[in-house]
Amino acid sequence: MLDSLDTRLLALIQQGLPVTARPYLSLAEQLECSESEVLQRLARLQATGLIKRFGVIVKHRRLGYQANAMVVWNIPDPEVQKLGQAMSQSACVNLCYQRPRHGERWPYNLYCMIHGKSREVVLQQLAQLIADCQLQAYPYEVLFSRQCFKQRGALYPLNTRVSSQLIPA
Amino acid sequence: MRVRIKSVYSMLSELHKQLLNNFQQNFPLTERPYLTIAEQLGVSEASVLQAFNELSEQHYISRVGPVIKPNHIGCSTLVAMAIPAQQLAAVAAVVSSYPEVNHNYERENDFNLWFVVIAEHAQHLQSVIAEIEQQTGFSCMQLPLIADYFINLGFALEW
Repeated sequence: MLDSLDTRLLALIQQGLPVTARPYLSLAEQLECSESEVLQRLARLQATGLIKRFGVIVKHRRLGYQANAMVVWNIPDPEVQKLGQAMSQSACVNLCYQRPRHGERWPYNLYCMIHGKSREVVLQQLAQLIADCQLQAYPYEVLFSRQCFKQRGALYPLNTRVSSQLIPA
Repeated sequence: MRVRIKSVYSMLSELHKQLLNNFQQNFPLTERPYLTIAEQLGVSEASVLQAFNELSEQHYISRVGPVIKPNHIGCSTLVAMAIPAQQLAAVAAVVSSYPEVNHNYERENDFNLWFVVIAEHAQHLQSVIAEIEQQTGFSCMQLPLIADYFINLGFALEW
């Protein structure tokens, strides 16, 4: 479980680790705890899996990965877990989620993201994914992104109570 | 486009590329993490700090930080809307104006506006979505996560 210091630490660090020689010390000073406390808590939050990964968050569009396809699949419910796990093993898949269907207009229940430097590359990777995971029988749609109106990486609204100014806008 | 991509990469040094690719997970939890990285790469701490500043200033990275497991803090959902082309920009601007909206994309489909809303709790989430519907006059299809199959190891960049 998260205590108030965990929450305040996450609220701070999700805005970015300072680029200074002792970044954890500077977080510790803001949180009024010790540097070793910050380090131990970050290690624990990673070990428990609440932090899925901790490190550099790249802007893939800026780095030349302009083609970004969300592929949505209509998979029979009993098979969705197995196929979701199989797709996640593919090097070209960046995210893979099960989500609810919405009737006939939106019958899709499995979503995966493929990023590539061009549309052609993404479509080739999709063809490979279909072959590798034997997805030929399942209806799908490919939704390439057009414009990005807003992108700032997931920032969670952490209620820090003690220091409300730390809640990320 | 190809020319632009090439020029993007030509601005990146070997050090930039190593920082981008090798430290997306397991960022050092040491008192001087940038020194730890510097020692691994055989360069100075100052050059690592400078390179990270450059990557941020040039918008190649958004930050060094945690990727938090979805739906374990707060409450979030993916939302899709079907908006006529002429109204898309205006509706997208309304959606983006909410601080609870983290990203917001146009995609090629009848459902052409896709965004993620993250709020402190379910009630707040639903009130944001209701407000968006009210303000724009279009309905929101909510697609909350049921299961996450992906183990996030970062984004493998090829140069």
